[in-house]
Amino acid sequence: MSVTGSVRSAQAPLIDVRDLERTFDVRRRVDGGRRRVRDSVLAVHDLTFSVQAGEMVGYIGPNGAGKSTTIKMLTGILVPTGGHVSVAGLDPSRDRVELARRIGVVFGQRSTLWWDLPLRDSFDLLQKMYRISPARYRDNLGRFVELLDLGDQLDTPVRQLSLGQRMRGDITAALLHDPEVLYLDEPTIGLDVVSKGRLREFLRALNDERGTTLLLTTHDLQDIEALCDRVIVIDHGTSVYDGPLAGLHVEGGSSRTLVVDLVDEAPPVEVPGATVRRVEGPRQWLSFPADASAAPIVAAVAASYDVADLSIQEPDIEDVIRELYSRGAPEPLG
Amino acid sequence: MAEAGAALHLRSYFQIAWLWIRAAWQYPTSFVLLALGNGLITGLDFVGLWIMFAHLDDLKGFTLHEVALLYGSASLALAVADTAIGSVERIGTYIRTGRLDQMLTKPVPLLVQVCADQFTLRRLGRLTQAAVVFGWACTYVDWTPLRVLVAVSMLLSGGLVFFGLFVGFSCVQFWTTDATEFANAFTYGGATVTQYPLNIFPREVLVGLTFVIPVAFVNWYPCLYLLGRSDPAGMPEAFQFASPLAGVLTMAAALLVWRSGVRHYTSTGS
Repeated sequence: MSVTGSVRSAQAPLIDVRDLERTFDVRRRVDGGRRRVRDSVLAVHDLTFSVQAGEMVGYIGPNGAGKSTTIKMLTGILVPTGGHVSVAGLDPSRDRVELARRIGVVFGQRSTLWWDLPLRDSFDLLQKMYRISPARYRDNLGRFVELLDLGDQLDTPVRQLSLGQRMRGDITAALLHDPEVLYLDEPTIGLDVVSKGRLREFLRALNDERGTTLLLTTHDLQDIEALCDRVIVIDHGTSVYDGPLAGLHVEGGSSRTLVVDLVDEAPPVEVPGATVRRVEGPRQWLSFPADASAAPIVAAVAASYDVADLSIQEPDIEDVIRELYSRGAPEPLG
Repeated sequence: MAEAGAALHLRSYFQIAWLWIRAAWQYPTSFVLLALGNGLITGLDFVGLWIMFAHLDDLKGFTLHEVALLYGSASLALAVADTAIGSVERIGTYIRTGRLDQMLTKPVPLLVQVCADQFTLRRLGRLTQAAVVFGWACTYVDWTPLRVLVAVSMLLSGGLVFFGLFVGFSCVQFWTTDATEFANAFTYGGATVTQYPLNIFPREVLVGLTFVIPVAFVNWYPCLYLLGRSDPAGMPEAFQFASPLAGVLTMAAALLVWRSGVRHYTSTGS
């Protein structure tokens, strides 16, 4: 009994979302502004997913797809109008204050730090708010400051920090209390390439070492490629894809491209499983499904033609996602 | 359990407030100038009354000392409430800038965070001025032990009444943001009214200030007792001791409105 109980609890997802729904009432003017009608807008509907402890999940979608609405329901800022949501076994909107101790939230464009005060003072206040024990606080602060290279900035007022430094400060602020889940909303927005790289490295290490679960919304697909094994794509308020990043290609019907440089110009090559998209002198572009193996195609080309060089182009993930968005239709996915 | 919770909230409040005091001290000159300016403006306020009395012997039967007692006690209660929780007026701004969302992700009750946010001692000027006027007026009161008790409870209850009015009316912003002026009409408006003997107003106004926006309990009724006067409007004598009840009721009502405001916010996401 106790064994099965503990097994079940070990497997219970940290974040559990089922048939989640959120509508907003929007007042709209009609008849040239003379009449106002109430419209109900579905911001999120039929949303179901779960996240196990320790996962790093990318949550992506176009503007207005329902990403922030979902995050707000997961943090308890917004009450769902339907369905079920639980995080760490708690109902976010009902147990908001209790849940706050167990999660960390970073809004990329809004700082939680106190503008006129040195970073250190903001951190000290958070220690008190979250009632972090002095020893744990000292440990965590020391570690994050070292990993995020904030040592020189601790005594600088936040208003004098660069965007990258401020973001690292915000992330430290969200992690001092050892949250089980970290929600990151556009964490790399506006950062330069070096800062982005360092931040991703840090998040990966955090997940490796502490098993912190990460849910990341972003427009930067490199964030996803660098960090997330799994992506959830949301569009028009519901999930249109949930699975490994690589699988997006299959789902998006994307294709890989085999670039063949022949020794001489030739008519379009004919091999099974691939079609020629473009011919330019001796160079030809053959496309084949992303989930198919390149080997038989390469072998077939090499067997029938004089090949000078071969290369394979992976599909552009952004194109794939654009394709998914444009389809839009919320077809249920296994 | 509940008491432990309250003590904890109070501690969180002071921790946040202390941070803001230190933040303000980053610009010491500006801090001092603002405090001085604030003191000067409120100081002139009382000078206005003084000048009025240079031309009048009394205001509907109240002498300058007696009016000073009314003025000082109301100002003191208002200044304490304003200093402690004045930033609750800014809910609308917090909503618009998304700051409220951030506060909702912290493990401290929202009201504590909102009240302590941007805590400022700028109103120290008003506080000092009110204390001086009140102290001066007190020297003319014929003190008895019960009067001391009523005076102390008057100041505490007055603070509670204003606390309730500030919080309660600020909640309007949960439904329609940017209604600070509307709230000010009741809070600061109420405070201005109580600086005068309330018998200068028609009886209907007094009834409104007793039962609707209970600022009459901030100073008028208890001061009548302190001054040993019978109520010129003929209200029950018990009202002179009812300030704590009014304070607690106002605050309880405000907390209920606050809760439904927060619930409205989290269920509309506006």
